[in-house]
Formats: sequence, C-alpha cells, structure tokens
Amino acid sequence: MRHVDEYRDPAAARRYGDAIAQITTRDWILMEICGGQTHSIVRHGIDRMLPWGVSLLHGPGCPVCVTPASVVDAAIAMASRPNVIFCSFGDMMRVPGEAGTLFTARASGADVRMVYSPLDALAIARENPDREIVFFAIGFETTAPTTAMAVLQADREDLRNFSMLVSHVLVPPAMEALLSGPHNAVQGFLAAGHVCTVMGYVDYEPLVRRHKVPIVVTGFEPLDLLQGIYMCIRQLEEGRAEVENQYSRSVRRNGNERARAALAQVFTIEDQAWRGMGEIASSGLTLAPAYARFDARKRFPDIVVPTPNPSECISGDILRGLRKPGDCPAFGTRCTPEHPLGATMVSSEGTCAAYYRYRRLEAGEMALRRRA
Amino acid sequence: MSKHFAPACPPLGLTGDRIELAHGGGGLKTRQLIEGIFRPALAKRSDDFTHDGARLEIDGARMAFTTDSYVVRPLFFPGGDIGTLAIYGTVNDLAMCGAEPVALSLALVLEEGLAIADLQRIASSIRDAADAAGVAVVTGDTKVVERGKGDGVYINTSGLGRIIAKSPIVPQRVQPGDVIILSGDVGRHGVAVMAMREGFHFETEIRSDCAPLWAPVRALIGRGYDLHCLRDLTRGGLATGLIEIALAAGIEIMLDEHGVCVCEPVRGACEILGIDPLYVANEGRFIAALPEAEAAAALECLRGFDPAAAIIGRVDRATEVGAVVVDTLGGKRALDLMSGEQLPRIC
Repeated sequence: MRHVDEYRDPAAARRYGDAIAQITTRDWILMEICGGQTHSIVRHGIDRMLPWGVSLLHGPGCPVCVTPASVVDAAIAMASRPNVIFCSFGDMMRVPGEAGTLFTARASGADVRMVYSPLDALAIARENPDREIVFFAIGFETTAPTTAMAVLQADREDLRNFSMLVSHVLVPPAMEALLSGPHNAVQGFLAAGHVCTVMGYVDYEPLVRRHKVPIVVTGFEPLDLLQGIYMCIRQLEEGRAEVENQYSRSVRRNGNERARAALAQVFTIEDQAWRGMGEIASSGLTLAPAYARFDARKRFPDIVVPTPNPSECISGDILRGLRKPGDCPAFGTRCTPEHPLGATMVSSEGTCAAYYRYRRLEAGEMALRRRA
Repeated sequence: MSKHFAPACPPLGLTGDRIELAHGGGGLKTRQLIEGIFRPALAKRSDDFTHDGARLEIDGARMAFTTDSYVVRPLFFPGGDIGTLAIYGTVNDLAMCGAEPVALSLALVLEEGLAIADLQRIASSIRDAADAAGVAVVTGDTKVVERGKGDGVYINTSGLGRIIAKSPIVPQRVQPGDVIILSGDVGRHGVAVMAMREGFHFETEIRSDCAPLWAPVRALIGRGYDLHCLRDLTRGGLATGLIEIALAAGIEIMLDEHGVCVCEPVRGACEILGIDPLYVANEGRFIAALPEAEAAAALECLRGFDPAAAIIGRVDRATEVGAVVVDTLGGKRALDLMSGEQLPRIC
C-alpha cells in the first residue's frame, strides 16, 4: 500500500539499523512519548534492532492510560444517570476506574455509545432533544481540536442538552515534569509526530535550551522511528541539543494554525492529574469561561469522585522511564489487559499492554528454560 | 525479561457479574464463558467444545451437527445480508468438520415493526444462499418480540451434514511439519459491516467475502489429502483461528504475515482505524492444516476456487504453551487472543 509499505521496507530498515550502530560510541537512553510510537516499536521489534546499550523508554504517551481513575469513575457515574446518553471513544470504554468500566456500566443498563468523533455525539444530541448527551473528551493535542470544534458547533446551534467531561492533556508539560524530576535518566526525546502536526514544535525549543536534551519530532512507521532514533543519537554523539523534524512530510514548525486558534478560543490551561504520574502543572485543558455551560462537571455538580488509593502497580515508574514492565511482580499474572491494575496495562497503546501482547513469547521461553 | 514472570495463560475463570458484549466476541471472554459456565454444566467429554460442530455416529452413519445464531447490524451490507450469513455460516461450520451439508433448520426472531419488504428480501437471500450451497431448509420457526426488544431480525440455523472425510478433522491432529493454507484474502466482511454500520465511506466499496466453503473443502477431500484441521475464520479473524488451533494442539505455528493477502481498501481502512486485519472477521475464508508433502498440490486445488489462496504458515514444533509467532524487523513476536472486539485507537 502506498505511503505505508515504503516506510516498512525490511532492507531499508536494516540499513538504518546499521547506520545507527556505526555512529553510536556509547550508551544512550531515549524516550518516546506517544502510544502509537510505542505500539509500532514493540510490534515491529524496532528496539531490538538497536545497538546494545541504546535503550528506548516508553513515556506517558497513551492518553487513555493517563486519564485518572477518578475521571473514569466520574464518567461511569454520569453515564449511569437515567436520562444520560454517554458518548466515548472506543478504547476508553475498557479502561477501569474503581467502579468498573464504561462497558460494565453499559451491561448494568447505562446508555453508553461508542463514537469516532465528538461530532457524532453532537448528532446524537440533535436527534435526542429530551436526553442529556455527555461526550468524554480525552486525548492529547491530537484529539483536542475536534473537541474544540464540537464545542464551537454546539455553541452556534445553542444545543442545551450537550456537555462534555473534559480530560485533555498536553505533552510538553509532561516532558518538562520528566526532565526536572529527581531521577530523570532520559537523554533524548522522540516527540510525537501527530501532536506536532497540530501544535508544531515551537514549544519544545525552550525545553531543549533549558535541559540540553535533543528532541526529534518523529513519525510512526518503522523507518520513521529508525530515522528519528538515528537523528537523536547523532545529536547526542555530536554534543548538540536541538529540535529537529524527522516527520517533515506532516509537521510544520507552527503546526496547524487554525486548529491551534480553535484550542486557544475554547480552552484554558490548568494543572491536571495524570494517572500514574500525579499532578503536573499547566498540563491540562479545561473549557474557557465563555463555554463553561458545556462543562459536564458543572451540569452534574453532585458527582464527586475521590482519588483512589495507589495499588502495587508500578505504572508511575514505567511512565517516567525508571522501570520496564518485566520489573513488575504483577505483570502477566495479577495484571493483564483483562484485569489491569494500572495505567499502562489498560489500553492497547499502553507500554505494559504492548509488552504483554508482543513479548510474552520470550518471557515464556525464559521461564521454561529456568524450569528445565 | 522478568525474573518474576511466569508464562501463565490468561485466567479463564469468569469475572464480573454481568454479561458484556465482549463475551460474544469470539475471543478470550467467549472462552471464559465456555470454560466457566458451559463446560462445567454440559460437557461429558473433554473435547466437546473445541470445534465448530459435533461429530455423531448414528447407526453407523457419520454425521456432523452444528448450530449458530446471527445478530448482525446492519441487516443488509455490501456483498450480503443476515440471510446469506445464516445459511453460509452454518454450512461452513459443517464443511469444517469435513461434512457435506444435508439439511438446515431456520428459526427467526422478528421485531415488531420490521418492514415486510425487508423480510422478503432476507427470505430470498436465504433461498439463493441455500441453492448456492446445495442444502435444503427442512424445518423452521418464527417468533415476534415487542418493538425495542430485538434488532429487526435475529436468525438461528442448525445444520446436519454427512461426514465424508475418512480421518477426523480436528485441531489435535495438527503436528510439527504441517503447513497452513489460507483460502483467500482476509478482512473484507468485518470492514464492510463496520463501514456500513458507522457510516464510513471509502473510495472503493468493500464487499463482504461471505461465501459457501463446501465446494473447495469437498475438492480437497475428494483428492485424498490428509486434512488434519480446517477452521473457518469468522469472529476474531485469522489470528484467533490460528491461536485456537495452536492452543488446542500444543504447537507453535510460524505465521508468514506478509504472505497473508489483504486487499488494498481493507488495508487502508484498517490503518485509518488502527485495527489489525489479522483479527477482522471473515465469512467465506478458511485455513487448512495438512502435511507439507501435500501442500503444493492442495494449494493448486484451492487456487482453482480463489487465486489469492496461499501458504501462510507452518507448524514449527510442539510446545507446552501453544503459540502463533510472526517475524518482525527485530525478531519473533507472539500473537495474542483479543479480549472482546477490536476497538479503534484514538491516536
């Protein structure tokens, strides 16, 4: 298939693998912050093509994973109200809070519907004027513009039965939090190509200066990832720290200006809790005062959900790149995609879920060998 | 990788106190339902629930018996409708037992308010499909439920077939050295139905692959190939079919992912939606496991029915934990049973 096959060509991938090996003289630790990239890296085995000593850490790049359990519980509480039609992206519906998932809420009678876009939720609101329609607005800067468009549209139509539970998060503040943390090990970043398609990469320039860490805006296919890794290691080897753009077929420095304008109009930035990482300053979006009447939290002020107690889950350390899934005693036994204990196992984009799906074979073989 | 990790299979016990949609998805949760509820309640022998149909011997006649219910939404989709599926699905389950379809039952649950014209259209699809499959519908039943209690039409068909294969066609006979042949391209039915249901439009219309499979299976049996196992690739797609065989037989299957034919529009749709075509449903595709010595000739035979038929894998070895593995740029990885249906990813 055009625009896909050429970026998955095994021979070209091997050439890039060799090129990375040639320029690498010492150990380096890189991090990607995008669930799509993590998925692609583990699915195609990109990390295992790299020279010994070059490690890829998988950062908090899955928007479903980082949505706090208390927000999921608030979603379930809203969805369970008799007059509510609750609309969510599909992969959010399997994510457990303390009170179950949106799927289990639906099995218990809640009207929960899977949508592909907030505009689908708007259509449901128009068709059901007697019902309250709530859209679960989650995701990074990639999905936030469509949420903003839905708000503007609802405002134009003066739709009174439509609101949204907003839990959008922003990538650069999370990178800042990682870099300024006491245990930071990350020496270079692959920035998420699609987030930058919307936002551009101007926001990364101060990060690069402040923390002397190279950032390469990178795509999602095997060759994109290998080229991004190559560019990042080349900067590290040459002692440079700059923002470079591997994904130039999609990303401009200023991003998509119309999308950014819509975000600026509809949202304000606030502190936000991330599942597994805690509160991060200025890392979330909330509806601006002019659009506050679409805020589901204000429409259901009596729904107050406490933050649950932490479990044995180490997803916080995994999201910070301090540990890998195999370091967790619960991985693959007490914690599986069926029964996730924490953030990184809940979505197919999560690091633990990706390892569980694609790396069980070698783990199983190792265990068998130990037994023999 | 981990010093703690044990290769335990996912827990097969049932969890939660309500039935979820995923329990009907054909993946892990369906297995949990079978293992947690139906096997304890009903099984007399250990292999009663591992195949598409039951094998019976009645006064010396070897018969296959199977049943299936059809709940597709929308009722009509490019390439077929619920009536087509209800015939082909059951005929194909018989074919996977090496059985020639003899007779079908047909039970319909209709929702109050269904358009008579729609029912007529479905009935004529049922007739056409039964004719194409060479099977007679010999008994039936109709019930009507109140508006809002059904999705227009639900259909159940049961099928009786005459087994003509000499040796049993069961996953347990698949062994190292066997080759896996796939009968055509994959993913079209699932994507066609999803596109119709969700209102996606692609440049090229994607049509369901639904088709009767007895003719190609009869040809394979007629030429005397030693078919170890056949599996039609419905819910859960090719990956689930392969994994179920691997688990039942205790073998490792090496899948050549690039050898699997996926047509361009289906690949494109799957890329956009973030779903894996290996797990997408088909209604007219099957895999056959047979000894390598017979593979080339069997492939030639299947290509007479569909030029996209291909050898897509081989059984490497027996293992304690059954697995299906594929090659990646950086080594092998194992395919996993999905929990419920695939959900589009948001980023």
